[in-house]
Amino acid sequence: MIELKVNGTTFDLDVDPETPLLWVIRDYLNLTGTKFGCGIAQCGACTVHVNGYAQRSCQTKLREVGGKEITTIEGLSPDSNHPVQQAWIEHDVPQCGYCQSGQLMAAAALLSDNPDPDDEQIDAAIDNICRCGTYQRIRRAIHRAAELAREV
Amino acid sequence: MNRRNFVRVATSSAGGLMLAFHLPGCSKTKLPGNTGLPTEINAWLVIDPDNSVTVRVAKSEMGEGIFTSLPMIVAEELGVDWDQVKTEYADANRNLKEDSVYGNMNTGGSRSVRMGRPALQLAGATAREQLIKAAATRWETDPKHCVASGGKVSWNGKSLNYGELAADAALIDAGDVAIKEPAAYELIGRPTLRVEVPLKVNGSAIYGMDVRLDGMVYAAIKHCPVIGGTVESYNDDSIQAHPGFIQVVNLETSVAVVADHYWQAQTAVDALVVNWNKGQGAGTSTKNWEAEFRAALDEEGVDASETQASFDEIKTALEASNSTLTGDYFAPYLAHTCMEPLNCTVHVQDDRVDIWTGTQNPEGATTIGAETSGISTDNVYTHNCFLGGGFGRRSNTDYVGDAVRIGMQVKGPVQLIWSRKEDVRQGRYRPMSAIRFTAGFDENKESVVLANHSVTHSILSGINRWIVRSGIDPTSVEGLAEIPYAIPKKRATHTIKNTHLTTWFWRSVGSSQNAFAMESFIDEMAEHAGADPFAFRLSLLEEEPDLSRVLEVLREKSGWGKRMASGTAQGLAIHESFGSIVGQVADVVVTRNGKVKVERVVSVVDCGHLVNPLTAGEQVESGIMYGLTAALFGEIRVRDGAVVESNFHNYEIARMIDAPQMETHFSLAGGDKWGGMGEPGLPPLAPAVCNAIFRITGKRVRSLPLSRHDLSWA
Repeated sequence: MIELKVNGTTFDLDVDPETPLLWVIRDYLNLTGTKFGCGIAQCGACTVHVNGYAQRSCQTKLREVGGKEITTIEGLSPDSNHPVQQAWIEHDVPQCGYCQSGQLMAAAALLSDNPDPDDEQIDAAIDNICRCGTYQRIRRAIHRAAELAREV
Repeated sequence: MNRRNFVRVATSSAGGLMLAFHLPGCSKTKLPGNTGLPTEINAWLVIDPDNSVTVRVAKSEMGEGIFTSLPMIVAEELGVDWDQVKTEYADANRNLKEDSVYGNMNTGGSRSVRMGRPALQLAGATAREQLIKAAATRWETDPKHCVASGGKVSWNGKSLNYGELAADAALIDAGDVAIKEPAAYELIGRPTLRVEVPLKVNGSAIYGMDVRLDGMVYAAIKHCPVIGGTVESYNDDSIQAHPGFIQVVNLETSVAVVADHYWQAQTAVDALVVNWNKGQGAGTSTKNWEAEFRAALDEEGVDASETQASFDEIKTALEASNSTLTGDYFAPYLAHTCMEPLNCTVHVQDDRVDIWTGTQNPEGATTIGAETSGISTDNVYTHNCFLGGGFGRRSNTDYVGDAVRIGMQVKGPVQLIWSRKEDVRQGRYRPMSAIRFTAGFDENKESVVLANHSVTHSILSGINRWIVRSGIDPTSVEGLAEIPYAIPKKRATHTIKNTHLTTWFWRSVGSSQNAFAMESFIDEMAEHAGADPFAFRLSLLEEEPDLSRVLEVLREKSGWGKRMASGTAQGLAIHESFGSIVGQVADVVVTRNGKVKVERVVSVVDCGHLVNPLTAGEQVESGIMYGLTAALFGEIRVRDGAVVESNFHNYEIARMIDAPQMETHFSLAGGDKWGGMGEPGLPPLAPAVCNAIFRITGKRVRSLPLSRHDLSWA
């Protein structure tokens, strides 16, 4: 049994410890907001927070995160009111939306590390793939989220 | 274990998909029974007693924004406030049963607004007239005295809301109805946030892969590495003891492993040793194909247009020319790589099939479900989900057919998921193409002749055999057959050349490679004539007022001719596709060691009318980024018959750091013109970038991707 803490709830899981965290979250906990995109940590659709840091869950094995605090998109805020979520809505960021859970988790981690990143810092920090090409709106929305976070 | 989220999707009795939609202002979304509701005004519209209006969308939401733009068209005619409106998918099964009540449900060809608008306007206007008549009957007055707007009918100081009238209205014949003139639009043309975005920022939007059903198991798949090859043999002894293993399914061109969970299925299929009969494709390579396609440019080809100069006229004109110019262009196969890998969930029962997937083609999915299972389409239900990207790939139903075949051997529901490697290596690719342009000039450097010959893998020959017999696949010559530039002698010819790879519609289809060749070559001609790229094009487009106007606006908005630093330049391209014109100027930097960065792209668009300017602009940006990925990196290569690329480490995608500043302006012709917006933003990007690269480096890029070329300069 492995103890896994996800979004504040503790689960005791009888799952092969070599299973990627992504598939534990999706197929055992049925939290489907975290997405499968590539399986090799290239695209970032599977990004979650592990002890507050952005991490690609497709290349994170269950045994590596026992006892650690995992946050998925479902746990980012109680009612979609995290500054990045509000900014994403204001700027109409998502198109197909499939990569956006990962983009939001990456952006939230960036802002907690650097509350006011400039464009270059955003470009350097966020390398998640968006096939719809929403990057320009993501950039703007991160600036807006930084602003919203300061207003609170 | 937290089971709260376990069942997010269920089947209603009529087969509609219950998506957990919580669209703005519609927390009480009524989920589709879809037929026979007393408050269904027509197939497109349900008005509930609480005055909420549900508009059914018969196209697929894959990021283009039709869940917002199509209901806007209905709401405009109906006369309701936007926050009353909810969106749900129309039912493909009903469309098959009821003689295409929703028209063609396939989402593609940038057709949703372009072709779908009249039926939606009629649905809204008809309902409005029915509601007016229902109110007039209650008040015993003449309908022409009543006014419908804001979700209610008013007369003489009284009013009734639509919810109160809907049941009566549904029984009334609307008679002839009038459609609004564009000048009267209140909603159409207003920038409107997409309705489903709130679901896409908290993980609650349901894509195909997010479907969860009681008792569902998972399947992973491995196809013959050489497309078209077959399974010769396999031995599943080694995976029998694999955790969660249930069974192997032989699908002839692939094998699938079914297990309790996806990761178990994927690791088991990875471990399964299969002997393949590689078939006709074995031993082939894109390197050889490229040489063959280029060599075929010397052949004569088949006429691609009825209104063009003859072979002899072109020959004579070229011989009489004072100078000539030739450029051979080449574009590789490309994969779609939607963010959401292909997947499909099925439940095959004795007398019924249910399919849950994100598809651009729910009727096709239903039909292939029926053909594969032997169960009548009447009892096959496709529950469409949000699509994690489509770009054409999800209008092919190959993955649905495979899922149904697996489902026929599995008790209970099963979800098939392709790995990214399967997605890249088993693609339905954008065709490979070689294109030769030849131009002739008189002694004043005026263009007198322009001919092209394209050699392209035919998409449609995989669907209709007559295409091959005719020698022309119209999708291959989009943008080449009809040249807008006024040059006295013009001719387009074509040669079909197929390989064993499977091809399909890829965002902007033929225009994706043809605009690259055409608009690059037009710049070559301008250079030869010593003319400015804008002035050169404008001089040949005097008979084309819309193209000319877009160019004029673009010249101003882009700051064309501005002073730029060494190593930077602007490049221009313009292309009309799917009923819309898009002109783009790209500001490009090339470092001395040849690294390319596109810094800014200014687009000017004429799509006639705009339904939702917000999503239309998003689609232009999206087309730019999709085109930029192809221009910078996109190439599917084949060695020994098998695709080399396998995932995003070797099939690279443009990322944030590659994204230019993008500015989009609309210059609208209005009138009868309603152009598409899903694809036209893409074709001009590559030639605009390559034209800028030439001005910096003096190197003319005639093949893509740019990563093939040494662009260093001194």
